[in-house]
Order: sequence, then C-alpha cells, then structure tokens
Amino acid sequence: MTYFPEEVVEHIFSFLPAQRDRNTVSLVCKVWYEIERLSRRSVFVGNCYAVRAERVALRFPNVRALTVKGKPHFADFNLVPPDWGGYAGPWIEAAARGCVGLEELRMKRMVVSDESLELLSRSFPRFRALVLISCEGFSTDGLAAIASHCKLLSELDLQENEVEDRGPRWLSCFPDSCTSLVSLNFACIKGEVNAGSLERLVSRSPNLRSLRLNRSVSVDTLAKILMRTPNLEDLGTGNLTDDFQTESYFRLTSALEKCKMLRSLSGFWDASPVCLSFIYPLCAQLTGLNLSYAPTLDASDLTKMISRCVKLQRLWVLDCISDKGLQVVASSCKDLQELRVFPSDFYVAGYSAVTEEGLVAISLGCPKLNSLLYFCHQMTNAALITVAKNCPNFTRFRLCILEPGKPDVMTNQPLDEGFGAIVRECKGLRRLSISGLLTDKVFMYIGKYAKQLEMLSIAFAGDSDKGMMHVMNGCKNLRKLEIRDSPFGDAALLGNVAKYETMRSLWMSSCNVTLKGCQVLASKMPMLNIEVINEWDGSNEMEENHGELPKVEKLYVYRTTAGARDDAPNFVKIL
Amino acid sequence: MGEAAESKKSRGHHSWMREPGDHHQHQDEEEKTLELSLGLPGGGGGGGGGWRAACRDKGKLSVAAATATDSSLLSPGYSTLVSHSSQGKAKGSPGAAHLPATGNALASNNNSSQTRSPSTPVIGWPPVRSFRRNLATSSKTSLELQNGKKAPKAEEIKRAPFIKINMDGIPIGRKIDLNAFDSYEKLSLAVDRLFRGLLAAQQAPLAAEAKVCPQEVAISGLLDGTGKYTLVYEDYEGDRVLVGDVPWGMFVSSVKRLRVLKTSDLSSSVSTSFHLPSYMLNLLLSPPYSEIVDFLSSMQLIASGRKRTAAEC
Repeated sequence: MTYFPEEVVEHIFSFLPAQRDRNTVSLVCKVWYEIERLSRRSVFVGNCYAVRAERVALRFPNVRALTVKGKPHFADFNLVPPDWGGYAGPWIEAAARGCVGLEELRMKRMVVSDESLELLSRSFPRFRALVLISCEGFSTDGLAAIASHCKLLSELDLQENEVEDRGPRWLSCFPDSCTSLVSLNFACIKGEVNAGSLERLVSRSPNLRSLRLNRSVSVDTLAKILMRTPNLEDLGTGNLTDDFQTESYFRLTSALEKCKMLRSLSGFWDASPVCLSFIYPLCAQLTGLNLSYAPTLDASDLTKMISRCVKLQRLWVLDCISDKGLQVVASSCKDLQELRVFPSDFYVAGYSAVTEEGLVAISLGCPKLNSLLYFCHQMTNAALITVAKNCPNFTRFRLCILEPGKPDVMTNQPLDEGFGAIVRECKGLRRLSISGLLTDKVFMYIGKYAKQLEMLSIAFAGDSDKGMMHVMNGCKNLRKLEIRDSPFGDAALLGNVAKYETMRSLWMSSCNVTLKGCQVLASKMPMLNIEVINEWDGSNEMEENHGELPKVEKLYVYRTTAGARDDAPNFVKIL
Repeated sequence: MGEAAESKKSRGHHSWMREPGDHHQHQDEEEKTLELSLGLPGGGGGGGGGWRAACRDKGKLSVAAATATDSSLLSPGYSTLVSHSSQGKAKGSPGAAHLPATGNALASNNNSSQTRSPSTPVIGWPPVRSFRRNLATSSKTSLELQNGKKAPKAEEIKRAPFIKINMDGIPIGRKIDLNAFDSYEKLSLAVDRLFRGLLAAQQAPLAAEAKVCPQEVAISGLLDGTGKYTLVYEDYEGDRVLVGDVPWGMFVSSVKRLRVLKTSDLSSSVSTSFHLPSYMLNLLLSPPYSEIVDFLSSMQLIASGRKRTAAEC
C-alpha cells in the first residue's frame, strides 16, 4: 500500500465510514497516520475530558463535523451537581484556532456560554449546523449571535436545553439573506417568539424540512406557517389549545392536506382533543409520533389517533395511554420499532395505567420492536420472558419500575429470570437499564449473555460485589456503566482494573465504595481520572462513624489522555 | 398497585387521568393475595436482602428492615429508599447524606398505626428529566385557565434545584426536591417525615440501643408558628424568611436553603408577626405605608420592613 500516492490512499480511506475504522488505519504506520488525520472530516469525542481539545484540533485540522459529549448520563436526573464541568468553551476556542473549515458542531450535556456561541458564529465561515442536546449555560442572546453571523446556517437544532430567555429578538436576527434553513428546532425555548418574524423566516426557507416550534406558538401562527411549507417532513407543533379562530381551523386543515411529505409529528403542548381530530388525515402517513408532552390527552383520545397510524415506527407517549391503549397500538402499528412510555405520576407509590400486560401486548403485536423505554409500576418475570421470546431484536431495552426494589407482583420473586431472558434472547442488545428487585443472579446472566452490551444502567439492585464483577468480567463490549444505590464496594471496583481502559466511563453513586478503594484504583491505573464528587460542605458533615471508612458519595471514573482536568470545582477531588 | 385507590385522596388533580374500569378490581385481588407476604428474595440468600424485603400492610408497600434482626444483613452505610412516613430513621436518604451507621439504628416498621402519606422523593428517581416533571404541573395550570378564556402562554415553572434542609439539633442535613411538591402543606408534611425519626432518635439515644422504637412525635405547626419548630428559608440574598407567605411558585424560584428552627429561638417580634395576615403585610409593603414602615424600622422601633425576616439564631 505504501507504493500508492497519498491521494489514492486518502481516497481508499474515504470509504471507511466509521471513526473506529479510521482510528485503526491511523495506527498502521506514520504515513497512514498523516494521510488519515489530514483527510478526517468527522470527529466524535465521547467524553470531553478524555482528550485535550487542542490536541484534537492539532491532529485533525480539516475536520468538518465535530461532536463532543460532556457530563455523564446521570446528570439528566440531577445526580451531577451544577458546576461540575463539561465546558464547551475550550472546544470552540481550539477549533476556532485550528479548524476553520468547521461546518457542524454537535454537543451533548455541555455547558455552553453566550460568549462561546458568539465566537462560534464568527470563527467559521462555512458553518452550517449546530445541534445542542441537554446543554445549558446560554441564553437567547447566544442564539441571536448564531442567527446573525452564520450566513450558511442550515440546521439549528436545540433539544431539551436549559436556555435563559432574554426575549424574542433572536429569531428576528436571521438576516433576509438567510434562505438556507433546512432544520429549525426551538421547542425547548421557553419564551415567546415574534410570530411575524417566524412566518417571514419560514417563507424564505424553501428547503425547510424539519420545524419544531415551542409552546408559545399559537394555532393561528402554525396554520399560517404550514401554508408555506408543503415539503415539511417533520413538524413539532406549538400549543394546540382549542381557542383559536375558525379561519385558522380551515387554514390548518387545508395546509395539512398539502403536507404530503410529513412523516413525523411532535409537540402537542396543552393539546385539546378537538385539535387532534384535524390531524387525523395525516395519520396514515406518519412514521414518528411524540405525544409525550400532552398530559391533557386521555387514553381514548390517544387511541383514536394512534389507531390510524398504521405505518408508525416510533411512538412516544405518556402512561395515560393505559394497557388497553397499548393493545390498540399493538393491533394497529405493525411496523413499530421504538416505543417510549413516560410516567405522568412521579410518586413512587403512585398510580400508572400501564402494567406488564401492556408491554406483553406490544410484544405480541409488534415483532419489529427494537428499542424500548418503559415506565410502569409493576412487572413479572413471566411477562419479561414472553416479551423476550416475541421480540428478539431489541438493541435498547430500558425498563423502569417506579418503586425501587419491587419484586415480581405475582410471585414476589426477584426479576432476575425476566431480565435474564431478555439478555439471553436479544443477542444484539447494546443498551440495558434494569429495575425492580434484583439479586446478583441477574448480573450473572448479564455477564454470561449480554456480549454486545455497551451501556448498562443499574439502580437499587444486587446483593454483593459479585454482581458488579459478573458484569465487569463478562460484558466484553461494555463502554459505559452507571450504578446508583447498589451494594457494590471496593472489591467490585478493584476486581478488574484493566477493564476501565476499555471503557469510556464508570459512574457509581450511593454505593459502598470507600475513598481508600478509589485511591488504590488511582495508584494502579494512572491513565484513569478518578473523580470523587462530594457535594456536602464542611458545615454539614455527617457524624464520623468511628472505625468505618468514609463512603464515597459519587464516583466518576474515565480513561483519559489528558490527565487531571484543571476546571474541576472544589467539591470534586481527582485522585 | 393497591395504592391506586388510596392515592386518589392525596392527588386529586391527577384523577382526570385515571382509567376507570376493571383494572382496579384486578389489582385488589392481587393485593389480597400479597397482603401478608414478606418477600425476601428467594435465591438471593440472606445477605443484603433484608433492606428490600417487601412488607405489605393494609395495601401499603414499604421497604422494611423488619426482618433484619441481624444488623449485618444491611450493608453499612447503604442508603435506602425513603419511601414512607415510617422511614424517617437514621438510615438516610439516597444520594444525600450517606450515613455510616449500621443497621442498629434502624427502627422497625410500625406500619399499622400510620396514615398514608405521599412518598418522600428519592433524588434523581424516577429517572426522568426535570422538564418532564414540570410538564404535568404546568399543563394542569394551563388546562384550568383554558376554560372559556384566551389561550394562555403557559407559565414555565422555574426549575428549583435540590434544596438542603437542616433541622436544629440534628447534625445530619437532608436534601429535598421542591419540584415534587406543589404546596406548602405538602412540603410541611415531607419535612415532618424527613426529620421525625431522626429527631426521635436524637432525643432518645438509649432507646435505639435497646432496639426499642423511639417515641416518634409528629413535627407539626411548621408554617403557622404553633408548633415547636418553624420552617424558614434562605433566599438568594441570604436573608432568612418565614416560609409560607409568598405564592408557591415565587417561593420555589427564590428559595436557596431551608431550615427548621425552634420556634422559641425566633425573635419575639417575628413571633407576633405570625398573626398578621398576608393581605395586611402586602398593604404594609406598598406606599405610603411602606415608607412609614421603613422609617419606623430605621428607628429600630419595629422589625425590618421589606421582608419578614427570622432573627439570626
């Protein structure tokens, strides 16, 4: 291969789609390393602290698309204290210095400031796409900068971010010359937007395919917008209350009729059942439907709509749909691949209209199901075993029984056998979240069968260190392990230290790990960062239990080439 | 699932989401068969299983240590779920204080006499993002306003972070998620549950060693000054303010920290202000009364004017 000119080698590399493959070829020899790094167009950094931003920018100066992820997943549930880290600034600054051809930036669970967004908007003349997921630290002023200065912007996708509202002017900052928008998602923006600006922006964006509005956008505005976007494929509505002009009703109906390309719907904020009825004509063509922001809809409203969605592949609903509703889904949506059922009542001992029966019904009717997130109050081993047999194609299976440690409701046994069946039958399982009463046995099954598993979430489960060790020793492809409130201690933490080098990260909170155990790990594995996170300040220290080692409240372990990070707050100790 | 019927009382606003019909009957039958079972995990052995033994009494599930006669069954320092009023013990709440005490401080569950109350929320559980938690409450608000009125711009309830709460005389602080409550009454109940057991253990340490359930007394009157303890909060400016005056939403967005103080430690001027109804206080805060109040307070004739502040203890 070394006889080929560089351009030929580069061309061959361009056929390698996955970053993993490109990483591999870069290890072959220096020549290949150079060719590969200069021709790399897309870089994915799964943990922003695993490598220094400058080093990435230096190695890949011609990168066009950069993805960086920050906080650990449990940050979504407030388990990571604010100010922990995950700052986007260093990445944007390094890219601004070294990678001026950058066109796309995707960030997840990072802290992004308005200054960084301003820098971003001014540093990359060809910048096209900004995707921020579960980020925070910025305001609508930062968005104004992006709108104003990114002349070629085609994608602005804001998913579930915490954005400080500084008024509606940001949307008006898109210049009249901006006609390149393909995707605009501002559903997470809390404040109002100027309806006129929005309508004008949409009018001059002939390529718009995906538009997700926020709650403030009225039905009247939605109707006017939809008249201009017959090619829309994905729509997130504004609020769908039933207080709107009659004229809008007609406009909306006729506009929706023209949207032949529309495949995916979301939004439905404050949806009134009446509004659903004029979405019915669209249902037959929908492949994606997200009704999970509409606690105002009851099971019959939901089923009336969903029963028409015969081509549905992705469905997100609230548990008000009930088991009966899920039976309707099962009989209507034969192509269903992804289902998420969210809780509407968060009290642990509260009420949910879905049980194991709904899940079994779905598994019977939708054999193509491969991705599940299901919140419920009860489950049985029998149900899980049935589900596993009916749907062997699961790649993502997340079950959350709201009461921690709850056993099989019929037999009062742990749910080990049920989850055991899932990992045994679903050979392609990559992501698993378990809940309910679980002993070490379930981990023995997971270690034995879940060979493709990459991410495992554990809460209130297991009996002893053996549980965690089954997983650490058995799951060859494990990348992310997150554990809370489970009795795993130092023996488990130290049982297979070499494993951590093959993983992205480990999170353990409210377990039995001690500071001593963490120190031992740190001394054995210098290429890991061991972060001990302790939110309690000195004034509230609990009484020392003499003779017992202090337990580590939260532990975050990750491999890194960057050494200890220098932006850690004072409640994080890096060993 | 047997809680469904009882839980209607405490969460009436969710009743419109209920599915009537045979689902409940099915649950009641299940409930009966499970009523007396103590579910120690079958194959799991004794080790560590005790904390998870499910004890059903009058349809109420609780994470009981009732069977844990041997305290070593419970991993030391293992945080347990604080799921019911009986759980106000020294075992601590997950994710917050990590109590190293071994199981001997655990009082056995005394379920039969206690009335059902909503669960104390576990931090970060269920694993649902904050904006989804706010969704149900804010949608309810907009639903109520929708009737016959112009479509409202639904108020986004500002997300409150987990708030530290300390009680006088108890070295162990706790954390509480204000998003789980929508009224002062519920907050007050939760505070009672959080600290009741700790307070009892604190005041009767010998009882714990004798493995006798320490006498637990409800902590009441937190909001109106009638109880032994009073709930105050610290806002972002660091002032201490009595809990209960401002609308709930305003409170949630300004509170930084909660404290449960002994009522007797509060200054007498504050105690008397308990008797002033809110509308009067609001009156006093607006001109021209506010100027009079400021003048009088600058002459140190009355307690400081802008807020009712609890005296520093």
